[in-house]
Amino acid sequence: MGIDTVALTPWISITLLIPVAGALLLALIPGDRPRAHRGISLFFSLLAFLAGLTLWVNFDPARAGFQMVEDHPWIPAIGARYTVGLDGISLLIFQLTTLLTPLTVLSTFRAIQKRTREFHIALLTLETTMLGTLVAMDLLLFFAFWEMMLVPMFLIIGVWGGERRIYAAVKFFLYTAVGSVLMLVAILYLYRESGGQSFALLEWQRLELPVRAQVWLFLAFALAFAIKVPLFPFHTWLPDAHVEAPTAGSVILAGVLLKMGTYGFLRFAIPLFPEAAGLLSLPIWILAVAGVVHGSLTAWAQDDVKKLVAYSSVAHLGFVMLGMFALNVEAVQGSVLQMVNHGVSTGALFLLVGVLYERRHTRRIDAYGGIAGPMKVFAAVLVIVTLSSIGLPGTNGFIGEFLILAGTFREALSSQGGFRTAGLVLGVVATTGVVLGAIYMLSMVRRVLFGPIVHEENRTLPDMSGREFAVLAVLVVLVFWIGWNPRFFLSRSEASVTALVERYHQRVAAERWTGGGQGAAARGLFRAPLAEEGGR
Amino acid sequence: MDPMDPNLARSLSTLLAVVVAAPLLGAAINGLLPRLLSRRASAVVGVGAAVVSFGAALWALLIWFPIRASLPGQAFSATYFSWITAGSLSVDFALWLDPLSALMLMVVTGIGSLIHLYSVGYMHDDPSFARFFSHLNLFLFSMLLLVLGRSLLIVFVGWEGVGLCSYLLIGFWYSDAEKALAGQKAFVVNRIGDFGFLVAMFLLIFLMNGSLDIPGLHALAEGAASPLKTQAGLTTLITLLLFLGVTGKSAQIPLYIWLPDAMAGPTPVSALIHAATMVTAGVYLIARLNFLFALAPVTMAVVATVGGLTALFAASIGLVQNDIKKVLAYSTVSQLGYMVLGVGVGAFGAGVFHLMTHAFFKACLFLGAGSVIHALHGEQDIRRMGGLARKMPVTHWTFLLATLAIAGVPGLSGFFSKDEILFEALTMRHASGAIPPWMNVLWFGLGISAALMTAFYMFRLYFLTFRGECRDPHAHPHESPWTMALPLVVLAAGSVAAGYLGLPVEHGNFLKGFLGPVFEGGEASFEGHGSHALEFGLMGVSTLVALAGIALAAWWYVGRGREMPARLAAAAPTLHRTLLGKWYVDEAYDLLVVRPLRALSGWAFRLLDAWVVDRGLVHGPARLVVLVGRGLRRVHTGDVQAYLAVLALGVAVLTFVLW
Repeated sequence: MGIDTVALTPWISITLLIPVAGALLLALIPGDRPRAHRGISLFFSLLAFLAGLTLWVNFDPARAGFQMVEDHPWIPAIGARYTVGLDGISLLIFQLTTLLTPLTVLSTFRAIQKRTREFHIALLTLETTMLGTLVAMDLLLFFAFWEMMLVPMFLIIGVWGGERRIYAAVKFFLYTAVGSVLMLVAILYLYRESGGQSFALLEWQRLELPVRAQVWLFLAFALAFAIKVPLFPFHTWLPDAHVEAPTAGSVILAGVLLKMGTYGFLRFAIPLFPEAAGLLSLPIWILAVAGVVHGSLTAWAQDDVKKLVAYSSVAHLGFVMLGMFALNVEAVQGSVLQMVNHGVSTGALFLLVGVLYERRHTRRIDAYGGIAGPMKVFAAVLVIVTLSSIGLPGTNGFIGEFLILAGTFREALSSQGGFRTAGLVLGVVATTGVVLGAIYMLSMVRRVLFGPIVHEENRTLPDMSGREFAVLAVLVVLVFWIGWNPRFFLSRSEASVTALVERYHQRVAAERWTGGGQGAAARGLFRAPLAEEGGR
Repeated sequence: MDPMDPNLARSLSTLLAVVVAAPLLGAAINGLLPRLLSRRASAVVGVGAAVVSFGAALWALLIWFPIRASLPGQAFSATYFSWITAGSLSVDFALWLDPLSALMLMVVTGIGSLIHLYSVGYMHDDPSFARFFSHLNLFLFSMLLLVLGRSLLIVFVGWEGVGLCSYLLIGFWYSDAEKALAGQKAFVVNRIGDFGFLVAMFLLIFLMNGSLDIPGLHALAEGAASPLKTQAGLTTLITLLLFLGVTGKSAQIPLYIWLPDAMAGPTPVSALIHAATMVTAGVYLIARLNFLFALAPVTMAVVATVGGLTALFAASIGLVQNDIKKVLAYSTVSQLGYMVLGVGVGAFGAGVFHLMTHAFFKACLFLGAGSVIHALHGEQDIRRMGGLARKMPVTHWTFLLATLAIAGVPGLSGFFSKDEILFEALTMRHASGAIPPWMNVLWFGLGISAALMTAFYMFRLYFLTFRGECRDPHAHPHESPWTMALPLVVLAAGSVAAGYLGLPVEHGNFLKGFLGPVFEGGEASFEGHGSHALEFGLMGVSTLVALAGIALAAWWYVGRGREMPARLAAAAPTLHRTLLGKWYVDEAYDLLVVRPLRALSGWAFRLLDAWVVDRGLVHGPARLVVLVGRGLRRVHTGDVQAYLAVLALGVAVLTFVLW
């Protein structure tokens, strides 16, 4: 990996600046003009989407490294630079972010009535920080964006959320902030280790760190990322945050924010600490599969639609983590695609829950039932999105899950000893997620849409409005587009993912997967006397 | 082999594309524009799509048939686009036409078209007319992918697609909670089977270096040092996993439980999806992968045993059911058991033969039942029927012919196909010698007992419905419109005639010769030990069995022995109740699977999430912080000198530790 192309026009920065410019403009508008706030917010988020499209067009899928790179000094005294660029891995999520934001803005037109100006400022600021996190090639810059992301989301949950919004917002903030502290420590350690001259990712990748240090550093990064993903058992902030967040917050949270965790693993944790990633891949697989099973089972126990969808995210991201740490091209490609898929289908699910909530002001599943009658279009869209969520072939979800599991099985089968057995068992258990997903999602669909109408007020529910339909139609198109032409998307990330996987395998000794090799390495790691590592 | 004429190749691949695309287009039109289309337009689009597909299939067949011998494996392949590529994995969207898919193509589009036509009459008054045709077309599309897919993954797309349509159509009248639940049950139970299919594919992808191409798999299986041969355990595992998928889709023990409930769907759906086509997909899969299954004798024995047991078990439940569709449903499960038994003993051709004849007579029976239900305004209880023969002559005669066919009366299709399965069950041996010969006797015994029951319960159904006097004074039955009658007549004709494609003649029948190239690989592992004399002898036995069953039913239900069923039920009340209660399998699953899983789900949430993680790991440290904070408050005395002293100490310690 390296820098492949340098930007002639700073399109990345332009895209990053557009939402913030919108937020600044909003600050100048009087607070009692909600229509103007919405209009401006929509305009700027659409503008950012269009600017993002120029990146898509200029992006050369054949190149593995960073493209359209911009590099300027930021804090010269410590060598921190404003270095941004896109590669195949970030491109897809970047595009997803610029697509989801305007859709989210559209979804708030009725739902958000108080403090509209501040809300849209928060939303647009959030977009910029998320995009910044995805393009940063300097770790300090990344960390700054990463932490800044928290603030607008904290406000969105805490100000515009439901009844227990304060608890949820504080839980969200503390959980993620705690995770980030250790990452900062690790970044500072790396900074010192690399000679204290720069925070550049590409330079730090060349460091040959001892395995023991790698493991600790990896764990420090991994904690921050695992909380964000969320990887089981760091997930309990998620249901609370989702349930209390307004629809827009949930969509962004599920659609983009969680991907920052998985993206972090791919961009930083694995390339910076490859040996540690290899060594710890089995424990992470175990947690990932535990997340698939636990998330699914827990989702089934929910009476609250939103909580159910939130727990389904835990299961879906378990698949993403599983694929990522299989560390072969199929699985990682599936993982990257599944990040997008999750954004599309879970984003759509949260939007659909929002449609219901705006009509009945309750998220309890038993408050519904039989609404496929009055809300036919809604029912059709919910069924389609559900099928995507449970990975039916022909939808986007299938491609992601299939590649992840196929890659996982390949990795297990091509290794030996204990890892082979463990990998196969985990693969099989993860595949049961396909059955469990069908159980909890179809139960929800049945209880919400089908059966007789038991609550009279549901008989006259208006079907989706043109605006609501337009938002969801975009996502439904993506469901089938990715389902039938996944190559259009997979081809963008292929070169980068292949390079990542190859680089990983070059760094990690060939014996990595052999049970003996791994066991020996692990023993060496944890039994080594402290003195060995003592001095610098 | 000569290279194929490019013009012919182009026409064939276009025609196959039309076969698949027409129903998809129909589904899209009726699905997206239900409000713009009149009822008539919806019907024209829906039926038209099926008929166009049938026409294109017929045309393709006519081109392919004369040139098939010049094609490798008699298969014409068309690759349309590259679907998924990632790393070493690559799957093309490719269809193929070989003898087996050609036969299935005819069954699916032919019977499919008839049932589409029938639905125009049957669903005439339904407010969701367009949605019905949209789903039915979508089903046809998925089923065609299933039978035409050249890659196992395309087959799987169709496999899950038909499951989806089954779900949507069982729960078609969604405001009925029970029907919606039946749909969900069908989907979830099928997904359990699909789980096996998926894992099997993951293992196969690895063995095949990223491909799931069926001809490629065939080549791999034939190879002398093939891993499928050297790692016998792995092959057994893969085929057993695939068979799990089969038990789901083709309603075998232990996953058959969804099919009886699936009768909640409209009757044309029961006929098309839950009798003639979709449920035979599992049989098709084994027949398609015969070369793979044949390498795993253990799996084959399991397949045959499960098939035989299912045939007998479902027939026993069918003996006492009183809902016309439920009887047919259990009969379907039982007949599927025959097909699975057939392919399980290595008689792939016989299994597929029975699949085809069954498609005719069972579709005819279901549509006849639909015609009866339609005429009686929704009545399904055969105890309240009777005497319909005079009022509904077309329905009656077609139903009778199909009943004779399924009962195994000589001269009709079911006789030939069922007989071939029974004969081969007794005489086929796996060449490896891994399967003990007594199992052949077991399989034959299961099959012939089920045949007796079949003849009995089918004629019980026939007599109670059409003969005797009408037992419901309020009923005013009438014959159904032509859109419903025509398909009945065509299917009844098929129920009679389809058997002659597989007439047991000296040098192998037409069907055997036709399908031969597909099954060469698998059948090489089996040896037939029977003679024609034995075959004809067995025919005599099964004729007697069928006649005995019919005679018993006649004696009990229209003859002198009418008090016998009640007396028998009173004599063995437990057995009777158990049969009526369908051996309480649903209840057992509820107790052993559903409830424990429910409990687990509750624990996962309430115990693990709410208590261990949240109270323990999240709130715990938070509370610790509060406690520590309370303690530390005492240190904050406001004494600046003390603060500085601590600060200095801290700096010293940090410096020492870090540098």
